[in-house]
Amino acid sequence: MSPDLVKFIFGRLTWEAIPLHEPILLGTFIVVALGGLTTLGLLTRYKLWGYLWREWLTSVDHKKIGVMYIILAIVMLLRGFADALMMRAQQAMAFGDNAGYLPSSHYDQIFTAHGVIMIFFVAMPLVTGLMNLAVPLQIGARDVAFPFLNNFSFWMTVGGAVTVMLSLFVGEFARTGWLAYPPLSNLAYSPDVGVDYYIWALQIAGVGTTLSGINLVVTIIKMRAPGMSLMKMPVFTWTSLCTNVLIVATFPILTATLALLTADRYLYTNFFTNDFGGNPMMYVNLIWIWGHPEVYILILPAFGVFSEVVSTFCGKRLFGYSSMVYATVVITILSYLVWLHHFFTMGSGASVNSFFGITTMIISIPTGAKIFNWLFTMYRGRIRYEVPMLWTLGFMVTFVIGGMTGVLLAVPPADFVLHNSLFLIAHFHNVIIGGVVFGMFAGITYWFPKAFGFKLDPFWGKVSFWCWLVGFWVAFTPLYVLGLMGVTRRVSRFEDPSLQIWFVIAAIGAVIILGGIVAFIVQIVVSIRNREALRDETGDPWGGRTLEWSTSSPPPAYNFAFTPVVHQLDAWWDMKQRGYGRPTTGFIPIHMPANTGAGVILAGISTVLGFALIWHIWWLAAVSFVALVAAAIAHTFNFKRDYYIPAEEVVRVEDARTEALRSLT
Amino acid sequence: MTAAGHDTHHAPGAHEGHGHDAGHGSLKDYVIGFGLAVILTAIPFWLVMDHVLPTPQMTAVAVMGLAVIQVLVHMIFFLHMNSRSEGGWTLLALMFTLILVVITLSGSLWVMHNLNTNMMPVDAHDMKQMP
Repeated sequence: MSPDLVKFIFGRLTWEAIPLHEPILLGTFIVVALGGLTTLGLLTRYKLWGYLWREWLTSVDHKKIGVMYIILAIVMLLRGFADALMMRAQQAMAFGDNAGYLPSSHYDQIFTAHGVIMIFFVAMPLVTGLMNLAVPLQIGARDVAFPFLNNFSFWMTVGGAVTVMLSLFVGEFARTGWLAYPPLSNLAYSPDVGVDYYIWALQIAGVGTTLSGINLVVTIIKMRAPGMSLMKMPVFTWTSLCTNVLIVATFPILTATLALLTADRYLYTNFFTNDFGGNPMMYVNLIWIWGHPEVYILILPAFGVFSEVVSTFCGKRLFGYSSMVYATVVITILSYLVWLHHFFTMGSGASVNSFFGITTMIISIPTGAKIFNWLFTMYRGRIRYEVPMLWTLGFMVTFVIGGMTGVLLAVPPADFVLHNSLFLIAHFHNVIIGGVVFGMFAGITYWFPKAFGFKLDPFWGKVSFWCWLVGFWVAFTPLYVLGLMGVTRRVSRFEDPSLQIWFVIAAIGAVIILGGIVAFIVQIVVSIRNREALRDETGDPWGGRTLEWSTSSPPPAYNFAFTPVVHQLDAWWDMKQRGYGRPTTGFIPIHMPANTGAGVILAGISTVLGFALIWHIWWLAAVSFVALVAAAIAHTFNFKRDYYIPAEEVVRVEDARTEALRSLT
Repeated sequence: MTAAGHDTHHAPGAHEGHGHDAGHGSLKDYVIGFGLAVILTAIPFWLVMDHVLPTPQMTAVAVMGLAVIQVLVHMIFFLHMNSRSEGGWTLLALMFTLILVVITLSGSLWVMHNLNTNMMPVDAHDMKQMP
């Protein structure tokens, strides 16, 4: 074949792109391939493909989609954490003559992939997954407002994750850091496919994130149970509303910014180049207008989880509910007014820097109010130290310190000393691990019995919690110290041997966190094996206060046979106090959305389109784009969108629950 | 791409008066809106073609001002937005959007202008021009 024809067929893709010469990548590939083949083999052996396709992959049930989001996040957490361990090992070794075991080009890809994966494919799916699982149940709805869109959003997120993972074995990932600042990410300095993988992975996943944001906003505004006015919504639903409003408002900015970078790379425009009138600083400015609200997108639902957990496990209504709501709304607005604190040192004058420094410090006021609300809820409560409560306490201690180092960084002169240093790294891990990760683990432990009908094993949960808490402090306190000594981030090799001890301690901390992750997986396995002992028939294992605990665990496909009527905040608590009797007769058929494979198909084609664009395989890009449009149009002719669960089926399910509840008493 | 039947699995009664209470407008509204839209398109055209205003900058400002009015006309007469539609949510969403757009645009202009004035000159020629 002529070289021209080969180039036409494969674009930039050559055998060189397969990293056969890199032993680390080759080993990873073999392990992943063996694991993947084993999984596929087992699925075939036990004939699970049909079940998987019908009950999960094509499901529009918000509970199942929520669970799938969380599974995606846990899988990606393993990848992202493997990156973290590799960085810690490299930095603990590479001093003086020892170059460590990672070449710098590989090290640069690892820190980029770590950041991208942890934010976009671990934290975001965890947050979206928990919101999907809990919000419709909390507001007494039967599903989200647009059930198919929900399935499609999930699969687009998976498409983005697959694209990132593909870069491990075909070509390479960006070496630019997780936000791909130009001019480094421009064609002149990153001519290879790394940045293109970055761009298309985020654009594909971004479609999913934006659509799921719209979906949940509409769900919360339009589908609340009768009587649930805004100020009677559970706090988790409130924080979810604010988070999704932030998603809808800011993700388009990310999309547009990345589109401009794409134009620079594919169409040779000069938005962010150094010359021809381009300005790389505009990219930094725009990406942080998205990037700062993004961190609040992640933390607000965690705040919501802690609010639910604290009031449940202290047996009290939340202290200062309305102040909690107003604090959330104020944080939502203020999160738009602080973005410049990510680039104080870029050259703005005193007026700009002091404005953004002050707005940043102001955010700590509503956040502090929340901390006091949780403390006052605990005050004189009957605190039960179950695993979700432990995560909450660990959060309160850890997050407050992370918040204080944040206020320190918000002082522009201090930031000039500390920016780009390991102090910053320690700070944001302090708030993201101590806030988001602890919150998500609290939420998973808290809602797991609702999703599956049995609790998670508390012993392994406690092991996981203590490993995470101790491991976090052992891993990141040295980074605070190093940062104060002026050590910068993203360095693959050091000269000064006196620093080595701190990196060794940090590496030990990372290994302790690994223990926490392993304990979490052990916890899930042990809980599944002991599920009969951990079974919860009541549907309300924690003595809950909100509507999700009023239905069975796991809830039936339709969630509630009759839509609950809300009279008070903490609706389920109120119902229990007033001796609520569960309806046992008079069931009617229930109208539900039908499953569809369109989400999987559309997201699959989008991923192929992304791959073709990354490797400049233009014919494939054209074909997959046409296929994408055609598949979307074809889906509009699918009229089998809904079905009725017959009344007999509802009666059967509800009678079984009546029976189960009776056997308890 | 919304699922059909989404209106049927709403929790009944959750509407609190929204739903289809956004106005649909009368023929009169549409005619007035169309008339205003045409006029607001014709004036900028005239301003540009006949050089009515003394400087191009003033023309640009006038055109942008008329564009803003045009947007308002569309929202009121064609999208039927008012403070009552969808129980006030439409107006709330619009205000939120406007606040964010204003923050994003004015903030970016302020930040980038500030950076620009504080930046070091690009080449030796510019350096010589520095005060």
